[in-house]
Amino acid sequence: MERRNIIYFVLILLLAAVAVYGVVWQQHPEWVTNLFFWQPASSRNLDFQLGLDLQGGLQVLMVADLPEGRTVGAQDMATARNIVENRVNALGLTEPVVQVQGTERIVVEIPGIEDPAQAVDTIRETAMLEFATPPAGVTADTLYALRELQMPISTTHLMSEAEIQSTSAMTDVFLFTTELTGGELDSAYVVRDPNTSQPLVAIEFKPEAASKFASYTASHVGNALCIILDKRIISCPNIQTSIPSGKATIEGQFTYESASQLAVQLQYGALPIPLKIESYKAIGPSLGSLSVEKSVRAGIVGLAVVFLFMLIYYRINGLAADLALALYVLLNLLLYKLVPVTMTLPGIAGFLLSVGMAVDANILVFERMKEELRHGRSLKRAAEAGFSRAWTSVRDSNLATLLTCLILYIFGNAFAASLVKGFAITLAIGTVVNLFTAIFVTRTLVRVAFGAAGEWIQKRAWLLGL
Amino acid sequence: MINFVQNRRLFFTIAGVLIALSLVALVVSAILFDGQFLRISIDFKGGTLFVLQFDAPVDEVSIREVFVDNGHTGAIVQRLGAVDDNMWQVRTRFAETEEVQKILDDLETRVGHINRTLSNWNTVESTVGAEVARYAALAVLAASIAVLGFIWFSFRKVPNPFRYGVVSIVAMLVNVVITLGFYALMGILQGWEADALFLTALLTVIGFSVQDVIVVFDRIRENIPRHRGEPFELIVNRSVLETVHRSLATQLNAMFVMVAILLFGGSTIKPFIAVMLVGMLSETFTSLCVAVPLLVVWEEHDHKRALVRAAA
Repeated sequence: MERRNIIYFVLILLLAAVAVYGVVWQQHPEWVTNLFFWQPASSRNLDFQLGLDLQGGLQVLMVADLPEGRTVGAQDMATARNIVENRVNALGLTEPVVQVQGTERIVVEIPGIEDPAQAVDTIRETAMLEFATPPAGVTADTLYALRELQMPISTTHLMSEAEIQSTSAMTDVFLFTTELTGGELDSAYVVRDPNTSQPLVAIEFKPEAASKFASYTASHVGNALCIILDKRIISCPNIQTSIPSGKATIEGQFTYESASQLAVQLQYGALPIPLKIESYKAIGPSLGSLSVEKSVRAGIVGLAVVFLFMLIYYRINGLAADLALALYVLLNLLLYKLVPVTMTLPGIAGFLLSVGMAVDANILVFERMKEELRHGRSLKRAAEAGFSRAWTSVRDSNLATLLTCLILYIFGNAFAASLVKGFAITLAIGTVVNLFTAIFVTRTLVRVAFGAAGEWIQKRAWLLGL
Repeated sequence: MINFVQNRRLFFTIAGVLIALSLVALVVSAILFDGQFLRISIDFKGGTLFVLQFDAPVDEVSIREVFVDNGHTGAIVQRLGAVDDNMWQVRTRFAETEEVQKILDDLETRVGHINRTLSNWNTVESTVGAEVARYAALAVLAASIAVLGFIWFSFRKVPNPFRYGVVSIVAMLVNVVITLGFYALMGILQGWEADALFLTALLTVIGFSVQDVIVVFDRIRENIPRHRGEPFELIVNRSVLETVHRSLATQLNAMFVMVAILLFGGSTIKPFIAVMLVGMLSETFTSLCVAVPLLVVWEEHDHKRALVRAAA
């Protein structure tokens, strides 16, 4: 019994030492950070991750822009996400986050960005490539004019039957019938015309689309097929022969640069679905740090009062609780770094509040201990009774809190309410750590103290706050 | 010492008055702000919010002119902080990103240079706002049901465990109404708006709102077999008195932190902390003075009925 407590005590001291090392030291050797195998290999570190509200930046929430009644496949969303991520990465900014949210939204977070306007432009470029049949009765001259003037045209892509009906009835609208889209491309690259050495964009369709392309070209020899990018015509070549290979070249008045730009856009940037910006948030980089500094300083003042209160009200027990509370703070901060948890202002406020609430379990135990002592129990018996009797209350109230965290997390995950999510995670970590420090650590400290000097303490009732 | 159970009439009256005041605040808010029981932020109803830090003093009229010329005739321009802070807030309908950029450029050329590192702008389309609001209501509902189920399960060994769950939920709802009423009042007086942060605070209050109830109920659960034969009222009151020290001590500690942040913390976080502070205070009150006496009333009502039946 005695020996086990000593072992626990030593283990707790070791844990505290590790926590101090992780939290207080700024620099850590590489072999330490390499231990964090769950973090992405490129950014393993022991730094606090600051949320957008603290370090400033841009958050853009985009939604699939589809006609009423059409749903998006998870595969298309994943593809769109990868494409947006490629584009954002091309901006060369630090640690952008691109995530699918729910079934039809993509959220982009770019911390510390100076010029949000440029980023938004890059993200929202759609590069929607379509192969479409021109409307019946349109002459080559009209197509040429449409292309030269870069007039926006309409295509049947993503239109419902009814919309196609009503649009084709309009006389002043050119409605092109979409046959294939850029989402069905396998690859795109620049080649030179063997005769004129003019740059061309060569494309290859995926196998399924290739057979579609083959049968279409076979049945439409001699007709024009228009290549349309973002609802503007690039070119309208005539189909010379059937193309069974699924390979084709796009001819335009390309320079080598414009051809390779288009190829890159098609390869990495052909979005399977159009995206619309739904919410857009830009936060100045110095705004948050100002506010957080003030709040943290205020929180520390509050915590100092909590430490003092526990010490004055519960004396020797309070000292044990204060030590456990200090470990609570260290372990929480260490976990925020390890997981890593993105720190937001409400997350920090929630953490500070949780430190205030963390003493609740100790208070439950100590009040119980006092009761038992008043009933004439010996010090050690009272301590054990205090811990074991208070446990059910502590367990139930903490489980209720964890349950709320879960609901908050689910709610925060459903859309871009990342503040809510961060808060739920910090609160949940706090609750679990609290169960460990307030019960296990405090109990070990109290047992060691009572074991070493139980009689001496028992004679001095004021030490127990009685 | 207070007798929590015997004074229940007084406590119920206080709770009733608080609920009535809260409802008045909500209704006044609805009348003042176009049917909004709380002033709703753009997080929930959509729109665009600019917080602009100008380098030099500017006047309200010229800011508004820029917005009106860009087609935002309904823009509300307000000063934030002290006069020499040069910080302004503008609310308007949903603006596309190009519109936002154009407005910012126009403001810089026509009004004055904006310190962009200290400014922010946020635009939300109304559809996403409506969806957030719907999910928020769902989250509150889910939290209530989860807590009811949890208490019912964890007190399954006491007689009538369902009642423990129900009175906890009643206390929680009273708590929510009082918190909402407080926020409506602050909306009227200080222009506080219900945003995602407010929702987080409210959900936290709901999460913590059963802590005191659980501790007291846990003591009742322990005391029932120990004091067999004692009237239920006595057991309950004993349980409350045995745990009230803990409730007050815990409350005090949480308040130390919250009051410190309220007094010295950053301005953006203040409504968030204030909601939690009010929620926690009203939580202790509703737990000890509403949930617990309500449980006694319910059990005794049954008891009386049984006596009447026995006599007949």
